[in-house]
Amino acid sequence: MTTATKDNRESLRKHLQQILPKTSILETEEQTRPYECDGLTAYQQKPWIVVLPETIAQVQNILYLCHEEGVPVVARGAGTGLSGGALPLANGVLLSLAKFNRILDINPANRSAVVEPGVRNLAISQAVEEFNLYYAPDPSSQIACTIGGNVAENAGGVHCLKYGLTVHNILQLKIVTVDGELVTVGSQALDTPGYDLLALMTGSEGMLGVIVEVTVKLLPRPEQAQVILAAFDDVVKAGEAVGAIIAEGIIPAGLEMMDNPAIRAAEDYAHADYPIDAEAILLCELDGTSEEVTEQIKFVEKLLTNKGATSLRTSKDEAERLKLWLGRKSAFPAVGRISPDYYCMDGTIPRYQLPTILKKISELSKEYNLLVANVFHAGDGNLHPLILYDANIKGELERTEEFGGKILELCVEAGGTITGEHGVGKEKIDQMCVQFKTLELQIFHDIKHSFDPRELLNPGKAVPTLHRCAELGGMHVHDGLLSHPGLERF
Amino acid sequence: MKNINRTQELQDRVRAAVNDKTMLKIVGGNSKHFYGNKNTNTNKNEILETRIHQGIISYEPSELVITARAGTSLKDIEALLAENNQMLPFEPPHFGEHATLGGAIATGLSGSRRPFTGSARDFVLGTKIITGKGEIMSFGGQVMKNVAGYDVSRLMVGALGSLGVLLEISIKILPLPNTELTQVIAISQQDALQTMHELNQTPLPLSALAYENEKLYIRLSGAESAVHSAQKKISGETLVHADNFWQQLNEQTHPFFVEDKSLWRLSVPYTANIDLDETCFIDWAGALYWLHSDKDAEEIRQKAIEQGGAATLFKTHKVNKALDVEERFPPLQAKIKQFQINLKMRFDPYGILNYGRLYSDL
Repeated sequence: MTTATKDNRESLRKHLQQILPKTSILETEEQTRPYECDGLTAYQQKPWIVVLPETIAQVQNILYLCHEEGVPVVARGAGTGLSGGALPLANGVLLSLAKFNRILDINPANRSAVVEPGVRNLAISQAVEEFNLYYAPDPSSQIACTIGGNVAENAGGVHCLKYGLTVHNILQLKIVTVDGELVTVGSQALDTPGYDLLALMTGSEGMLGVIVEVTVKLLPRPEQAQVILAAFDDVVKAGEAVGAIIAEGIIPAGLEMMDNPAIRAAEDYAHADYPIDAEAILLCELDGTSEEVTEQIKFVEKLLTNKGATSLRTSKDEAERLKLWLGRKSAFPAVGRISPDYYCMDGTIPRYQLPTILKKISELSKEYNLLVANVFHAGDGNLHPLILYDANIKGELERTEEFGGKILELCVEAGGTITGEHGVGKEKIDQMCVQFKTLELQIFHDIKHSFDPRELLNPGKAVPTLHRCAELGGMHVHDGLLSHPGLERF
Repeated sequence: MKNINRTQELQDRVRAAVNDKTMLKIVGGNSKHFYGNKNTNTNKNEILETRIHQGIISYEPSELVITARAGTSLKDIEALLAENNQMLPFEPPHFGEHATLGGAIATGLSGSRRPFTGSARDFVLGTKIITGKGEIMSFGGQVMKNVAGYDVSRLMVGALGSLGVLLEISIKILPLPNTELTQVIAISQQDALQTMHELNQTPLPLSALAYENEKLYIRLSGAESAVHSAQKKISGETLVHADNFWQQLNEQTHPFFVEDKSLWRLSVPYTANIDLDETCFIDWAGALYWLHSDKDAEEIRQKAIEQGGAATLFKTHKVNKALDVEERFPPLQAKIKQFQINLKMRFDPYGILNYGRLYSDL
């Protein structure tokens, strides 16, 4: 890995001052402090320097100069990421894209919009509302997170099962390469010739290039959306009901599950009238034309009753629908209120494994004597178990990390993955050694080198060195987890 | 359906090719042999047959995922899914009785449903491959959401086997719509394009919009009530044997495709307006043009570029082989090409896998 020596940093500073206005370079302690971490506050590192370019030409110049001087660069959007992907480097440039916040073009007939990377996710849907269109991926942080970061992480959300992830909802990217060249990946058409670099760039965590423009696909707003809240006296029954809905050929717009500790916390916090005695609830949203939704709601209500739901509530209007979702969407801060600390996992499993995994998590919870509140994107098998702990109690943090590591091992064993939507970043770099074999990790490095041979873009993230995996001894995930503290966040 | 695992044999063949410096031509059902550049290299060329490596590895309908060996017959997969009221959502064209899943993914072609449900690459969740070094690797998996590592699985889609031999593929599947019907409206091309743009912005349960010979075809799919309600909103006649029509378009057995000229495929934005004085079949709600033409390749490519798209020479006609071009696929930006060459060098450093088929230097 290239490291900047004092000398070439001095030379780089001089050059940066020539191409950027004074206000676009931040260097003092108080200026750089806000950039020391992203949404994962457990990792903190102040950057050597922060630059805030306003034009693509400036980004090109910055990257060209950094490449010339061998200084690493970390790109940053809103800094809401949950895996330390935007963690700065002490010897590196932090390239903030915050000033790229304009929507450049809305083309309703092409169902697309061209936006700068610093535009917030929700702002896109708001801007195209007048055309009765919207941008489908809706990560929980959509009010703050930016589209550039969404692409870098391949962000998901509540509506992925039906509408896909970021990778399914973009057409074209403009990327500045590590040596400062501007390239277009994808196109304004549906297919683009050659290898699918658009897919490769999406979720690449800033390792292959810097995104400076995104063309997103837009969808017509569904005529109607309704949500059913179903209560169950057993989490396994709720898990089975999830499979039953999908087996019937229905693809809900959202299908979320919470267990009792999560329900109680959310109800205390959001007052959404959740049934606090239920062992689990499912939130099943159906959308489409009015006729379709009316037909499917009846069908799913009946199905859920047959699958053992103890009570059902269906939203009658938009206000009630939003209220039912409010509980789910505020689950994380709600849990944050009932426990001094919590640790959020992001494993994904094949859906049929849900009852088995739930049972195992519950057994582990007893073994480690730590409570778990479970919040799931149940429709697509993405688990967010929140392990509740108190960092002030000696040894509890270590137990939490070991427990979390066991959960990720369970996910991999069950045929799933260590991260469904939060990304690897800095946080899960050691678990990559569990997920992938040496050959695959080597090809990941090869891919990186195809775009960035000197490893100057976000070095040290997303893919562990083979040496690191060897030191961890392959399967010992918890050994890896011990290296970092957790973890109050969100 | 047979269940035959030939992983070891295929890996041995690739390793032997590395040692012997033999170039391999990967063949599944050989149904899409016409697609991509002609094989012009004079080196030793051996055929690597993947059809022998076949069978469903896992399929649980409620999981919405099927994992199969690359040589599995597309027809068999579709029949199995249909028994369970499910389908491959990207409607891959077969172009022949023996088409395989591997071929569908390697070519990455998608049918008329594509603007509304997604493309072949959209539905690929995981792959197992043999690289040009003879190494076996797995990427992605069977889960819907997975952001661990680069998305190598989707990189394989449309790569025409030039980055790896596909061994196994996991695909997200979707339920078959309860009801499907097609309305036909007699209309000019300009008016048809306008109507497509308008429909494309509505939340109607559309699953295809195509135009040919003064007729706009609107396919509706979904819940019975929704489809019938949409049918009332759209004028026109209901097409009888609609399935036949869409199949003929997808398989290119429609009379339009019988022509003594080269067949071009233009992928363009929905709002493109291509005028080449040639008759065309428009699919994908205006975003895909099939065009018969013996015009100069440059002229056709330029028209596509002007509209923000790209033109591929899909098929040459037997009698007019002289009109073939060295590169069937449109040229790439230099830096983008360099990245693709870099990737090829990493996945297939000896250049033994389908070399030259996608681009003469890949």
